[in-house]
Amino acid sequence: MKASDFIQGMKEINITGPKVAFHFDIFGVRINVTETIIISWVIVLALTLLVLFLTHNMKKKPEKKRQVIAEFLVKTVDNLVKSTMGERYKSFGPYIAALFASSIFGSLVSLIGLRSVTADYSTTLTWALMSFVMIEAAKIKADGVGGYLKSFINPLNIVSEVSTPVSMSFRHFGNVAGGMIISSLIYFALTGLSNAVGLAVPVFTIGLPAVLSLYFDLFSGFMQAFIFIMLTMIYIASAKTEE
Amino acid sequence: MENARALILAASAIGAGLAMIAGIGPGIGEGYAVGKACEAIGRQPESSGAVTRTMFIGCAVAESTGIYAFVVALILMFINPFLGKL
Repeated sequence: MKASDFIQGMKEINITGPKVAFHFDIFGVRINVTETIIISWVIVLALTLLVLFLTHNMKKKPEKKRQVIAEFLVKTVDNLVKSTMGERYKSFGPYIAALFASSIFGSLVSLIGLRSVTADYSTTLTWALMSFVMIEAAKIKADGVGGYLKSFINPLNIVSEVSTPVSMSFRHFGNVAGGMIISSLIYFALTGLSNAVGLAVPVFTIGLPAVLSLYFDLFSGFMQAFIFIMLTMIYIASAKTEE
Repeated sequence: MENARALILAASAIGAGLAMIAGIGPGIGEGYAVGKACEAIGRQPESSGAVTRTMFIGCAVAESTGIYAFVVALILMFINPFLGKL
């Protein structure tokens, strides 16, 4: 029961970025294949299989449960898009659904012990840039190229445009990565506390990390996915307001 | 050399701590927003769904300044950019 034991238990903390699984060279450029990329591909495969399973052998009148589930999901997303963006942006439904699904699965893989895909800044930055291109395209479509360029006469507008993807990606990344770091810090602190008291089995780690995981993984992951798609929809829809 | 490294690490740790002072702002702002949302729900309980949804989005947006500070603190703590410049 010494202070040094407590600190000894804390020494095992190592919070790093995603590990590099392997790398290869293309034209002398080193390309790292990280944990994030592999887990992302697994998620893409899982989502594809899930969608294929849900929409397999559909009937005009639903007979199977899975078709009812698929119809419910599509209808929910369509209603959300319609109520947020209006009737004429209905075609954005699939993009929004795909973004939401990959974001929520990317955050929730931490529940099965893998590293969250969204705790890597490259992932959220990619999504934010995709949304950014769509927002700018919607603006150009609404005002025409001339009108779009005219809005940059005031140089402050450039800053506000550029800050959109930065703030969207940092928000998602910061929430998930922060949750991961706080969870692991508390887990290691509780292990160290158990060691310091002299227990062979770290009993203190039973309750609290699970509750924190419920908040940081489930609630925060769901919330950030929802906020990401909401902001995308609001920005795209607000490109064309003055009529 | 060793002294310079220690100095940079110490200054980075202090800087990361100072950066997290920015957490005060979102805390006050979100508390205010949630309080107002509670008032609104108390006045009109039937609109609680819309109020709650809007409040969560507003909270998430208000949180972003705190998140920026947090990212800066993370960079200072884990991938210290100044150590490479020694």
